[in-house]
Amino acid sequence: MLTDDMQVVYECPDALTDVITHYCPGCTHGVIHRLIAEVLDEMGIREKTIGVAPVGCSVFIYNYFDCDFAQAAHGRAPAMATGLKRVHPDRVVFTYQGDGDLAAIGTAEIIHAAARGENISVFFVNNAVYGMTGGQMAPTTLPGMKTTSSPTGRDVELAGFPLRVSELLAQMTGAAYVVRRSVHDPGNINKTKKAIRNALNVQLNQAGFSLVEILSSCPTNWGTSALDALKFVKEQMLPFYPLGDYKVADSAKSFIVG
Amino acid sequence: MQHEIIISGFGGQGALFAGQLIAYGALAEDRHVTWIPSYGPEMRGGTAHCTVIISDQEIGSPLVRRPTAALVMNPPSFERYEPAIQPGGILVANANLIATVSARADIRAFAIKANEIATEFGSPQLANMVLTGALVTATGMLKLETLDYVLNERISARHRDKLALNKQCLRRGAALV
Amino acid sequence: MKELWEGNQAIAEAALRAGLEAYFGYPITPQTELLEYLSRKMPELGRAFVQAESEIGTINMVYGAASGGARAMTSSSSPGISLMQEGISYIVGSEVPAVIVDMMRGGPGLGNIAPGQADYFQLTKGGGHGDYHPIVLAPWSVQEAVDLTIGAFDLAEKYRHVVILAADGNIGQMMEPVEMPAPRKIEKRDRGWELTGAINREHRLISSIYLQPEVLHKHNEKIQAKQRAIEQNQVRYHEFLMDDAEYAVIAFGTSARVAHTAITWARAKGIRVGLHRPISLYPFPYARVAEISKRVRAILVVEMNAGQMLEDVRLGVAERVPVSFYGVMGGRVPFPDEVLPEIEKLVNSVH
Repeated sequence: MLTDDMQVVYECPDALTDVITHYCPGCTHGVIHRLIAEVLDEMGIREKTIGVAPVGCSVFIYNYFDCDFAQAAHGRAPAMATGLKRVHPDRVVFTYQGDGDLAAIGTAEIIHAAARGENISVFFVNNAVYGMTGGQMAPTTLPGMKTTSSPTGRDVELAGFPLRVSELLAQMTGAAYVVRRSVHDPGNINKTKKAIRNALNVQLNQAGFSLVEILSSCPTNWGTSALDALKFVKEQMLPFYPLGDYKVADSAKSFIVG
Repeated sequence: MQHEIIISGFGGQGALFAGQLIAYGALAEDRHVTWIPSYGPEMRGGTAHCTVIISDQEIGSPLVRRPTAALVMNPPSFERYEPAIQPGGILVANANLIATVSARADIRAFAIKANEIATEFGSPQLANMVLTGALVTATGMLKLETLDYVLNERISARHRDKLALNKQCLRRGAALV
Repeated sequence: MKELWEGNQAIAEAALRAGLEAYFGYPITPQTELLEYLSRKMPELGRAFVQAESEIGTINMVYGAASGGARAMTSSSSPGISLMQEGISYIVGSEVPAVIVDMMRGGPGLGNIAPGQADYFQLTKGGGHGDYHPIVLAPWSVQEAVDLTIGAFDLAEKYRHVVILAADGNIGQMMEPVEMPAPRKIEKRDRGWELTGAINREHRLISSIYLQPEVLHKHNEKIQAKQRAIEQNQVRYHEFLMDDAEYAVIAFGTSARVAHTAITWARAKGIRVGLHRPISLYPFPYARVAEISKRVRAILVVEMNAGQMLEDVRLGVAERVPVSFYGVMGGRVPFPDEVLPEIEKLVNSVH
């Protein structure tokens, strides 16, 4: 019960539903969901937003957001979002994709959505592993990193090298805003939220394709505690996937904060 | 009566356009008509041909093995279609490019120096019109005036200055059969 | 007023007049003229057009646009349709309407670019994973392609299902006189499922995922009920000289055109043969084929494949009369003079 001497400092954003998520303990999907929801609320765009869900751990994202959602085939979210955005140019369309979905099976779709300068926003969650299928090697798995399909560690002689998505997409003339952030500590969580807001603002101003890559943890499939997982992000992933703004096109500059 | 025509020549000789002209003419005369081109790799630089069928009844197969008439503009087309023409059928050949003369006694064959004639008119690319005039008249499939009408309606702005020449070439060809 | 139209362009124009709001395509012979035509017209009309990176891209863009409530279409030819099967399965599973044009060519593999009918199985029997059949309509002329294109959008919306126009390269490239219907107005509509943003309403979901087996079972029952309704109400066929026929030729699309000519020739020789032409390949006219098999002496199936519709004909005939087959597989259209001897053989085989 709220009394006069109390104030609300933390509550469920309107854009999130009051549903317990299926994510594992220590997983940062929940943090990222909340950041997106807070931004939708703050920008007042929940009602005009259509999300596109991926295949992967976040397949049920539509259960947690109080906005329209479509469920794409594996990797095809950027194509589906293209169809939605082209027939609803005045709506906000975002995809939420993991690394297997976006950087392996959906590589063609994401590259061409960026190349077309498709006016959508992509939230790309990179935890270096296939979570939903139980911890197999992803296109973003670090060299030497153990997974259930690289049991002795990713051998780059056999399995090649990880994909650096932000660096890759930054090459696209059509990409307006491409940045990499992380949610391993509060400071970075705040920076991630700003980037999400920037991406949606770029879209709202028809400035082109926007993508926020978010380094995320997977304690379950990494076989670590939640805290060790965040440490792994900081110590192992950040050196390979440096945070930063990889592309801020001139068309996007005036819609970017921070 | 069903006219089953094959028109064939090198790409750029206007075989497909001649076929379309005839097809539009058939439509203008309210007949049933199909026009179907060869398509694909053979379009690129090789021999292009089209089949036009004009009928007073609904048309079944849009392709024919044995045409009632053939208009051939180059030697490979002559070799392919001259033997295929139905007995009693008609062959119109461009004699400037095809040295062979049909030896068939069961068809009416016309060897027309279409390039020479079109050049006389100052427009060598109108050889196909000379040949079309001959084909249409020899077969009696359409009225020549119908083709005039189609040309009036369909000639592109770029070629409109040659409208009268087109009609003259048609008539010159018609006079040779 | 009739005008001469090339098949591909005629279908594109018919789709425009049916109120096509979004088209996504990828070049492939022999349907590229359809893409080219719409690449000009759609932007002029302020409607959505994207040339995608692949047929996987196009079908998923269709999935997106259709989820947004738009009349959406893609077109391709056989290998491209193979690539689309994943998306088709999702669209069916999510119950959004979509129209697909397949200008069939020769297969398997790269095959060739000439006309073929060997997509019959992949179009009518499902093609992708899961239990479903798209509605498949097979025109035999440019006019019919136009009429069926218009109808395809209505059927797709009526059933929230995939409708495929199954033509072949021949129909795509052929020019014939066409009476184009008047353009329809595109009306803003909210049918209660499309994604438009949850403004003053509950949020909506377009999805094909049903994790609980019993819930997925129920969802599949619903789709199956829809399939049964389609089978009850959407069977289409056309017949020629069947009233007094002692023999029947069954063929669809361009093969039926060829058979039509061969039948005319056979009639001139005194053979009482007629044509049954399925227009809806799914739903297949099983009941009508069964009726025919009760009053003819033998049936010849003609296809530009190794005998795919043949299997459905046999199901309908149920061994009441002999069924023979003539097929060409090179990616080519047979000539009537190949079909006539097959009709004569059929007659001799039962005498």
